[in-house]
Amino acid sequence: MSPDDTSPARRDFLRKSLTLIPAAALAGQAASGAAAAAPGHGAAAARDYQPTFFTPEEWAFLRAGVARLIPADERGPGALEAGVPEYIDRQMATPYASGSQWYMHGPFNPDAPKTMGYQLRLAPREIYRLGIRDAEAWSRKQHGKPFATLDAATQDALLAQFEQGEAQFEGVPSKVFFALLLGNTREGFFCDPVHGGNQGMVGWTLIGFPGARADFMDWVERDERYPFPPVSIRGERA
Amino acid sequence: MAKTMKKVDAVIVGFGWTGAIMAKELTEAGLNVVALERGPMRDTYPDGSYPQTIDELTYNIRKKLFMDVSRETVTVRNTTADGALPMRQLAAFLPGTGVGGAGLHWSGVHFRVDPVELRLRSHYEERYGKKFIPEGMTIQDFGVSYEELEPHFDFAEKVFGTSGTAWSIKGKVVGEGKGGNPFAADRSDDFPLEAQKNSVSGTLFGKAAEAVGYHPYNMPSANTSGPYTNPYGCQMGPCNFCGFCSGYACYMYSKASPNVNVLPALRQEPKFELRANAHVLKVNLASDGKRATGVTYVDAQGQEVVQPAELVILGAFQFNNVRLLLLSGIGKPYDPVSGKGTVGKNFAYQNLATIKAFFGKDQHHTNPFIGAGGNGVAIDDFNGDNFDHGPAGFVGGSPMWVNQAGTKPISGLAVPPGTPAWGSAWKAAAADYYTHHLSMDMHGAHQSYRDNYLDLDPNYKDAFGMPLLRMTFDWKENDIKMSRFMVDKMRKIAEAMNPKAIGVYAKDFGSHFDLSSYQTTHLNGGAIMGTDPSTSAINRYLQSWDVPNVFVLGASAFPQGLGYNPTGLVAALAYWSAKAIREQYLKHPGALVQA
Repeated sequence: MSPDDTSPARRDFLRKSLTLIPAAALAGQAASGAAAAAPGHGAAAARDYQPTFFTPEEWAFLRAGVARLIPADERGPGALEAGVPEYIDRQMATPYASGSQWYMHGPFNPDAPKTMGYQLRLAPREIYRLGIRDAEAWSRKQHGKPFATLDAATQDALLAQFEQGEAQFEGVPSKVFFALLLGNTREGFFCDPVHGGNQGMVGWTLIGFPGARADFMDWVERDERYPFPPVSIRGERA
Repeated sequence: MAKTMKKVDAVIVGFGWTGAIMAKELTEAGLNVVALERGPMRDTYPDGSYPQTIDELTYNIRKKLFMDVSRETVTVRNTTADGALPMRQLAAFLPGTGVGGAGLHWSGVHFRVDPVELRLRSHYEERYGKKFIPEGMTIQDFGVSYEELEPHFDFAEKVFGTSGTAWSIKGKVVGEGKGGNPFAADRSDDFPLEAQKNSVSGTLFGKAAEAVGYHPYNMPSANTSGPYTNPYGCQMGPCNFCGFCSGYACYMYSKASPNVNVLPALRQEPKFELRANAHVLKVNLASDGKRATGVTYVDAQGQEVVQPAELVILGAFQFNNVRLLLLSGIGKPYDPVSGKGTVGKNFAYQNLATIKAFFGKDQHHTNPFIGAGGNGVAIDDFNGDNFDHGPAGFVGGSPMWVNQAGTKPISGLAVPPGTPAWGSAWKAAAADYYTHHLSMDMHGAHQSYRDNYLDLDPNYKDAFGMPLLRMTFDWKENDIKMSRFMVDKMRKIAEAMNPKAIGVYAKDFGSHFDLSSYQTTHLNGGAIMGTDPSTSAINRYLQSWDVPNVFVLGASAFPQGLGYNPTGLVAALAYWSAKAIREQYLKHPGALVQA
């Protein structure tokens, strides 16, 4: 889709975001306007959020990246509007992100085949720290600019290189970094809003998942559209 | 310095289905029973309370109710020539931890067994000849018959509150044209509850299967079709198809679990004590090694505790039972080179494949968020030995079904093959197909082989410094042949639904066991039952051949994997073993079968 900067919602969203982003990230953020997600019809911005784990530079990458993985488009809001960056930043404070739910005793064999499952020593917090550093280095090497300042097509091409392992990363294989980013992005798009993502239940609304309704006694045998909007654990209604 | 507790009549390791069943049976027999559960206390409240439990991220994705692999896991290698690596994250299988075990977070598919599978080797040799069984395939008979187990299947269904449609009761056909399974073994009584309603997806599968000449039936489900009170006085509410079964504690008290269906009765029993956060390190043996004196465990504070007992029941998850036997020195470890030894032998899994059908918006609304874990429509035309395996050239059968258990967006969103994994094209496909797709599975039997086995890992240890269990495991030619055969059959059913697209997710020749993607938690073997102590670790009553006051329950007793889900047979074998303990062992403690 083509980026569209003319929507009032989009301009309003950018203005709100900018007021909270530290000065160091401003240049990148401002220039990324064209590259970040285009607004969908009626796409609302995610609420303001100040990251606690990600640095301003990392935050700019994360916002730009998730906006390409699940873009805002004619089908509706994307990952950015759903608050996926907030979700991922909040996840970084959980035991999951420090790897403490995984068996992390050596010896490690990072060259093991994929069928042996995850075999690196890195926890998600480290994968993000090293992966974003390497992604930015790769972006500058290829295009001379930070990822967030590139246009959408160029960002997509870079993400595809990460996905395929064609980008040369030093600290973490680019495929591993990409898989984590994509997995967390989907989680943040479709989780209950209690976790910070899926704000306004835009992810659930997109696909027709009714969230925490959890009672379909009268709908089991009906081959028809389920008509009720999703609800969240906190009782919000989309 | 270990603390020593007062001696009890019986100590049970693990409080899942088998531990709960045995605790109930042994306290009924008048024994003082202590059950030790490595994980925390769990129950419908607070672990399954609405709305907090309707949280896919916390449960399916961050795996709240499953085994904590940061503390203990397994190592895996494909062949004895490879170095084993630890399973660092849960994925391929999801054992439980905590009170209820995997019985708290299971789906609720509650089958019996195809009688042929209890005497698999004998049956194949009789019908197809000895040479039909491939070299290196080590399938065996269980040493117990369907007729012997039938009363226990029946009672377990009554305890679980199982919904289903009988085909025949005491030889009389009752389920023809009503959703009964014409291939099902005869029953002494009906299911305690009628079958649940069928989902749109299930009905579509049934119609398509019938159109291509097969015999669809209602899957037996331990999710209730109505309110129910079981023989222990435990009450269940009617399932509302919320779709949060597998990976969750059921908030509606509708899915059978040790917590809902047994524990409320045990709580009234003064002879029973349940200790959570009690991690058993080993079974203690008398100096002659022929008698267990109890177990040693580590409590929540890290204190080592000795629990003396007259009788030791291992009711942990399949591979934890095997590991405890190896750590305790009970039985002879299996050696894949000589084929001698029994503990660790015949480790088997289940052989699955999936086909997804994607419909147009105007074709069908499958609403896959509607579901119940045990609910579905299946065919058995290719299960067991219900067809001629001669021309097919492989051992094993597979039921096929739509088991719509509640497909959620993070873990279960499916898009047609060829869709990019991200970007606007993915997003559009996700939006177009989520409520218009269905998933069908072949849930195939898996055979045992000489070199698929379990032993202790020489390198990696758990949080208590004990060696991890090592799995040596890979798919064999027979498994892939069966998978391809079944997928061909299932594809015809999918095509009969006339979908816009079909996705096939199956193994091919050369496929290795993939630890990184979920398949099933139905692991089998390693402490198998049988009639000969040189080829089995436990006798037909699940009693250790080597240490007769140790009984080893659960799917570790299966000499190979079944076509059906294992829980029904696991429960029936627990009642079968309990009957032998109550009626024979307690009167004359010692070996129930002379070696």
